Order: sequence, then structure tokens, then C-alpha cells
Amino acid sequence: MSPVSSSNPFAAGGNEIRKQRTENIAKNVMLGAAILLIIPVLVIIGYLFYKASPVLSWNYIWDVPRDLGRQGGIWLPLIGTFYLVIVSLMLVAPVGILAGIYINEYAPNNWLTRCINMAVTSLAGVPSIVHALFGVGAFVLTLGMGASLLAAACTIAVMTIPVIVTATREALAAVPMAFREACWNMGATKWQTIRTIVLPNSISGILTGVILEISRAAGETAPILFTGAAASVAVRTATVGDKLMPYQLDDRFMALSYHLHVVAEKISGMPQEMKYGTAAVLIALIVVINSFSITLRLYLRSRKKW
Amino acid sequence: MADSQEYSIQVRDFNLWYGDFQALINVTINIKPGIVTSLIGPSGCGKTTLLRSFNRINERYGNVKTTGEIEILSKNILDEDVSVASLRQNVGMVFQRPNPLPISIYDNIAFGLRAHTPRRSLRRTEVDHLVEEALTEAGLWEAVKDNLKRKATGLTLEQQQKLCIARLLPLKPRIILMDEPCSALDAAGIERIEELISDLKQRFTIVVVTHNMAQAKRASDECIYMYLGEIVEHSPTAELFVNPKEEKTAMYIQGRYG
Repeated sequence: MSPVSSSNPFAAGGNEIRKQRTENIAKNVMLGAAILLIIPVLVIIGYLFYKASPVLSWNYIWDVPRDLGRQGGIWLPLIGTFYLVIVSLMLVAPVGILAGIYINEYAPNNWLTRCINMAVTSLAGVPSIVHALFGVGAFVLTLGMGASLLAAACTIAVMTIPVIVTATREALAAVPMAFREACWNMGATKWQTIRTIVLPNSISGILTGVILEISRAAGETAPILFTGAAASVAVRTATVGDKLMPYQLDDRFMALSYHLHVVAEKISGMPQEMKYGTAAVLIALIVVINSFSITLRLYLRSRKKW
Repeated sequence: MADSQEYSIQVRDFNLWYGDFQALINVTINIKPGIVTSLIGPSGCGKTTLLRSFNRINERYGNVKTTGEIEILSKNILDEDVSVASLRQNVGMVFQRPNPLPISIYDNIAFGLRAHTPRRSLRRTEVDHLVEEALTEAGLWEAVKDNLKRKATGLTLEQQQKLCIARLLPLKPRIILMDEPCSALDAAGIERIEELISDLKQRFTIVVVTHNMAQAKRASDECIYMYLGEIVEHSPTAELFVNPKEEKTAMYIQGRYG
């Protein structure tokens, strides 16, 4: 035992000082690891926008790509990715959310539930390129959609559904059980309980999960590679109306992720800043969608209290 | 159906298992209408399980098995043809922790009504009237009448518990079950909830589970003492506390165990 000074009976002894030093080292190592997370984000975004700065302008965003993307702007891929997100969302949100509600609120613990859970887990682990091949077989060929916006959106839908089901379940599970018990005890059915209490209190989490997952998937190249994305399309862009609605559901379409793949790898004589410009717009679109969904969540959450 | 029957809940040879564990063993009791009956006993004796059997809320735990009969309003509620929703309309429950729904005070009271009535046939004025009546009966109307649109979750715990009692009333239940309704409240709150219970008892059969023997003594007319899943004694409260018939009851009320 170390000697203690008579004036301070609680002075740190040798062992205490050693413990404190170890504590500080442990804390700082973990802090360092946490800070390391921010660096790639800042570097990627900073570098991209620095390299893209010569082309970034409203005109670049609004203009269509010319000369296979060597000149002109980014509008057709941008609006293509936007429509891809919207169509996928309309396909996957109803199925994913309803399935998530069933699993969390109704499903008894039996073999069917276990099968569904296993399917969800396995589907989440399938690589996106495999989903792409499935999309070709199922939607493009078997269902005869051809390579099109619809086929690509279906592929994205299948790819994202497990995460959407899981996000829905988590949001529902966050609603305290006591609310459900209160409803059931007044003789409300499960559906009445879900409609009046459970869904209004979980919809913010559900929507955020859905939007985040779709926007992540829309940034991927693999699922749309064979199912509908095109390096260039012949669409009418004469009027503003044409430019806002350039694609039909059965058209091939341009998308930012695939466009990036093409301009970065496939076309010779591509100016560097066009490659970085495409990447910067893709990142910016995802940031915008994420901010939108976070704002939506904050807004919906601010209206509920318990 | 004879409404002037002697008992409002009749339990006969009722056994209940959670998986392999038998929580209730050969329970046979008769609970009278118009009085407060309290269920007492040490933790794990099955009193909450028995209470929850009266509106079949235990069933959602899945692995529950029962034998025997629970007769309410001359009907065995364990029969196949009993609708759980309409059973729970007649047998309401108040929980240990007040659990108001995260909607307005008004909507909390109207919830049960809306859950049991087709939406078209509910008139606004009628709902308004029933909400006021229920809140008045629960002694809450004066405090909340200007804030009916406020979230019920913002009330004090005592008010929340009164609200949880009030929201059962528009359903016109016959029986109100209370699972330690005062354990989250302070002394003043307990007193007012107990007063409310005694105001309500003429019109409803009230069954209260409590850990608090003093409360059972103060607030109930009859008392059922349970131990390890069995009924040990069922007597008028005054008698049970002064002159218990069973050795085990005597030891419990003297605080020798539990």
C-alpha cells in the first residue's frame, strides 16, 4: 500500500495513477477510431467537389449530355436516377411495409414466420450483382419487360425489400408494448390498434428507413447494369416538359451511377472534370435525399410525445 | 339471462400453465358484484395471472394452457364462441403503470367507443356527452375540461391513472380489474384513487390486485389470499385481517413472509 499524505486521505496512490493512465489511453484510442470515421467522408466530398468545380454550374445540371458525355451536362442521368428512386419506392414501399407490419404485429411463432424471417435475412445477404442477374432473368426476359426503367426499378425493389422490412419492424418495435395492451384491453382489434396508435407513432422511422435504403440502392451500378440503364438514350428534350418527363416505364434510361461507370471507364478522351462532375452530382443527390428523409423524420417526430 | 345473479365471476377448478410451469392450481372462487374484492399474496403467487385470466389477456403470451371454467354473466369465457373483443368490452382492466395512449385526452376516452361502434353511427354530440360523463365520474372533468385536445401523456401520473379508469366507463363494463393501480402514485394520489374505487363499486364488480396489505384493508370488502398458485382463504376483509382462518394467512398478514 502506498503511503498517503496526512492532509488528503483520498489522494491517488501509485496504483490509482497507473489505472488513470490506462483509462486515458483507452479512451483516446477509441476517440481516435471514431474521428477516423469522419476523415474519409470529408476527403471524398472535398476532393470530388474540388476536382469537379470547373464544370459545376446550374447549366451543367440542366443540360443533357453531348458527345457521349464529353460535353454538355448531366440532366438525363440525374432525372433517370430520380425516376428510378420514385418507381422503386412505389413498388417496394407497400409490400415491404405491409410485410414488416405482419411480421412484427401479427405473425405467430410458427414455421411460416420462421421461413419468412429466414427469407428476409438471406435476401439481405445476396450480392447486388446476383440481384441484377435475377432481374434480367425474371423481369427483363421472363416477364417480358425488356431492359427498361420498370425492370430496373423491380430489381431495385427486390434488392431493397429485406432492409425495408427490417427497418419497418424496428420502427414498430420501438412503439411501447403498453400502448398496444391498452388498446387490446378496451377490446380493439389488432388492426384498429395498428391504425390508430402503432402506425402514427412509427411512420417517421418507417419512411426514413425506406427512403434511405432506396437512395443507397439507387447509387449502385450493378442492379441496373443489365436491366435498363443505357450509356446514351435518344429522347426528346426540346421542351421543358420533355426534359422533366423524358422516360416512359418501358424505356431504357440513363442513371448517374451507370453514367459514371461509362464516362470514367468506357469513353476515350473524356475530360477529367466531367468524370468528377458526375460523381459530385451523384453524391449531392444522395445527400439531398438523405437530408430530406432526416428532415421528414424530425418533423414527424416533433409531433409525437410520450 | 338472470341479471340479479349472486356472483359476477365464478371460477371452477381453474388451472393455468405457462409452458410446464403451473401458475394456478385448482382455483375455485366466487366474486360478488357491487363490492371490491382484493387479491393479496406474496410475489409470484399467481394473483396477477388470475386477474388477467378474467379478460383473457394472458393469451397473447402464446404458451398458456388452461383447464376449468371461468363464468362471467353466466357464460364460460373460455368457450370457443366467446369474442375476446366483446369480453374485454365487458371486463375492463387498469394497469400498474398508467398507460394512456399517446393521443388527446378526448380521444383516449372516445377510443373504446370508437373501437366498438361503426364509425357512421357515432354522433359527435353523443361522444362529447359520454366523454364528459366518464371524466366527471372519474373526478377528472374539472381539471381537464379546457384541455381536452392536449396529449394524455402530459398529465400527472394520478390524472393518467384516473384517465385509464375513465376510458373504460363509456364501454359500460360489468367488471373492472385493477392490477396494483396505485403502486406508481404518491400518498395523496393513492388516497384519491381509492376514493374513486369506492365510488365506482356500487355499479361495477371491482377486483384489485395489491401488494399493499394496508390498502387491501382500507379499500376492499372481501379479500382473497393466494399462495403458490392456490387460493388459501377468501373472507370478508375485516374478518381476514382480524381473525384469519388459515395459519398461512395469519403468518402473511403478520409479515412473517412475503
